[in-house]
Amino acid sequence: MTRSNKPIVWGPFAAGGTLSAFVTPALIVLTLLAGLGYAPDLLGYDRLHAFMGHWLVKLVTVAVVFVSLWSAAHRLRITCYDLGLRADMLVATVVYAVALTGTLAAAVFLAGI
Amino acid sequence: MAEEMSPRPYVRPITSEWIFRHPRYVRYMVREFSCLFIGGYTLLLVAGLKSLSEGRAAYEAFLECLRSPASIAFHVLALAFATYHSITWFNLTPKALPLLLGEEFVPDVAISGAHFALWGVLSLALLYFAGAF
Repeated sequence: MTRSNKPIVWGPFAAGGTLSAFVTPALIVLTLLAGLGYAPDLLGYDRLHAFMGHWLVKLVTVAVVFVSLWSAAHRLRITCYDLGLRADMLVATVVYAVALTGTLAAAVFLAGI
Repeated sequence: MAEEMSPRPYVRPITSEWIFRHPRYVRYMVREFSCLFIGGYTLLLVAGLKSLSEGRAAYEAFLECLRSPASIAFHVLALAFATYHSITWFNLTPKALPLLLGEEFVPDVAISGAHFALWGVLSLALLYFAGAF
């Protein structure tokens, strides 16, 4: 029996799907409120800068960004296959690379806060 | 092997028209397309982090972008898709995490219900913590 890398790919997908299900709608409401001119206190520059400056918040944020992007990437990969795009290796490489690049970028930006 | 015996093996055509054969397949695709909105929204948050790291002026410019009609439209769509993802995800949780309590499985509705309740509490807590109300 050959070893499968499925658990490695699928683990962050399940974690990200669960986390997105719990927090993404509320996060969207927060930035939607800001867009409508009712910015919540936390989104003010001084408060958010101070809040995001804590190391634990940074760590949690990177983890949230990683599993959210990874689970979206994994789902997009499966959807491409469902839609008849059979170049799975290429699709997988592109979508996971975008997820990892986004996570790395988030880590770099957080390090600068 | 069948392939060796047949001079012209049948090649199944790969299409995407199957999606429209049944409403269930359409709902499945809508659920899967939620990934574009959740992924896109996460990248938007990363852009927000970038502006936050660049100072007050950059961050104010990011907030100004959030006020554009395109951003509002994206947020409304993303909220609808993200909510649909949450509902479908929690409805499937009893299938992914069947819970055996003594001799009996915990009923599906109890497992889903607990997740829906936690979702509600967490969302309210997050909004309250951020000062939305």
